[in-house]
Amino acid sequence: MKEEKIIDVKDVAAMAESGEIGERMIVNMGPSHPSTHGVLRMVFELDGDTITKCNPVIGYLHRGSEKVAENMTYNQFIPYTDRLDYLAPLCNNVAFATCAEKIAGIEIPERCKAIRVLCCELSRIASHLIGVGVYGMDAGAWTVFMYAFTQREKLYTLFERLTGARLTCSYARVGGLARDIPEGWLGDVASFANQFLPALDEMDKLITRNRIFIDRTEEIAVISRDEAVNWGLTGANLRASGVESDIRKDNPYLGYENYEFDIPVGTKGDAYDRWLVRMEEMRQSVRIIRQVIDKMPKGAWHVDDPRIFAPEKRSVLTQMESLISNFVLTTEGPNLPKGEAYFEAENPKGALGFFIMSGGGGVPYRVRIKGPSFVSLSILPKIMPGHHITDVPVILGSLDFVLGECDR
Amino acid sequence: MPFLKVREGGRDGIAAFDCPPRKLKEAVAVFKNDFSFDSLCDIASVDMGEDSPRRFGCVYHFYSMKGKSYLRLASFAESAENPELQSISDIFANANWFEREAFDMMGIVFEGHPDLRRILMWDKYEWHPLRKDFPLAGRESTLPDTYEDSAGDDPMFVKPAPMEGGPFHSEPGAKFAACKEPRSREQK
Repeated sequence: MKEEKIIDVKDVAAMAESGEIGERMIVNMGPSHPSTHGVLRMVFELDGDTITKCNPVIGYLHRGSEKVAENMTYNQFIPYTDRLDYLAPLCNNVAFATCAEKIAGIEIPERCKAIRVLCCELSRIASHLIGVGVYGMDAGAWTVFMYAFTQREKLYTLFERLTGARLTCSYARVGGLARDIPEGWLGDVASFANQFLPALDEMDKLITRNRIFIDRTEEIAVISRDEAVNWGLTGANLRASGVESDIRKDNPYLGYENYEFDIPVGTKGDAYDRWLVRMEEMRQSVRIIRQVIDKMPKGAWHVDDPRIFAPEKRSVLTQMESLISNFVLTTEGPNLPKGEAYFEAENPKGALGFFIMSGGGGVPYRVRIKGPSFVSLSILPKIMPGHHITDVPVILGSLDFVLGECDR
Repeated sequence: MPFLKVREGGRDGIAAFDCPPRKLKEAVAVFKNDFSFDSLCDIASVDMGEDSPRRFGCVYHFYSMKGKSYLRLASFAESAENPELQSISDIFANANWFEREAFDMMGIVFEGHPDLRRILMWDKYEWHPLRKDFPLAGRESTLPDTYEDSAGDDPMFVKPAPMEGGPFHSEPGAKFAACKEPRSREQK
């Protein structure tokens, strides 16, 4: 085991004098820095303006979610999943609920699946809007950030109408959803989709062919195909490196196989490709959203199993059996069998994996959360060296990570 | 590979094997080279409880880009006092951080890891919080000194969180209703 050596500023001067570190300079960045998108800290070793070594330090947002999960019922943990990738909480809810349903071995109704797909794609757009907006801002293009936030605000209004909360949605439940979609909501999603595409084109015009932006991002932080696979990158970062891999296509869940969409793939794997892939993914999400709205099935939006999903409120108030099962479900949690399951969902930031070990009953024995941002950040020591310190915000912006799910 | 045993209990249809800890690296290399499981998804450290013969271990998940399928490999360390597993960080690059996390949270030492130190908690933290004998409320420990001056007179502490009777779920399967009550449970 190697001990981490924290070098003081005055020590650096002494080491430089004694020739121990030569002309190299140690620079600390973060944990509070606007371009680290949260609380990431990096210790750089610089040779002039060029980075020779990068040591990311994470854990400033560690809240022990995995430990917390072992001490509560499955449905009680749903709000904690909001806080993983807090830019796309609906996706996280759905991923956790789907993993628990694998343990339960239940199939959710078609309408529930369709609503979940709609939620996932809407939050993918919301998350990518932040991703590209902040990325643009990191590269010096302020305006696109404002355009992105205008659209995101419209999405958050839709989320608020659907779930009652803008950011911490907690919408999915094991075996269903918190509630059905409100009246007239689908129409508003459709009109959002209609006005969103022209707005996206406008963002495209602002920046995609912008000479300054291309100069700052092209050939920066190139991740080759083999590197991306070996480092376990997922999501847009993997696809930008030319790997055509998308869990929604390869191992479809929630009925993604019924919708037509394309996977954008990059050619070079540089920061500019990652921008292009994210922009195109939003267009594909709109395509999926339109198909879901057209095909939205009628019928039940939760499983009809009193051991898994709480009965309707009206019957809880009038029928004894429903009251009992509601009480048991709330206090003991959904009754899941013994077993283990691993499930990865294609989230905006990459593949969010849940590994649940169940010892039977309503409380998981062990919940392991694999955050895609954790993997995206682990590649930093590999790709940072050789770049200028001014490229750091661009590289971080292009990887589109969020510390909530990195530190958990 | 004759030393692999089919692992029971999976409910997701993923091919799962139990692997003895001494053969782990060999098995991972074969799966990567001959069966094209070319991407490491996750390393989940697990504590099976104090009375379990094999207490600490890791559950590995691999993904094959070609076959578009997952693979689960579980390996449990022989000793509970000094749990040790082989490091696969020279086979999969992202195993480096996953193993550091397993070491930090569960105290599993990975043999052959190039840089095994804590990743989420600070370096001088004494506990491994995901172990089952670590209480949910946490244990008292000192925070790293942020400022030179604060070292002597007023060191910062992390104190166990007030639980106020939590966690708030009742135990399934208890004989009497009173035993199921969350507040009746003793605070460890």
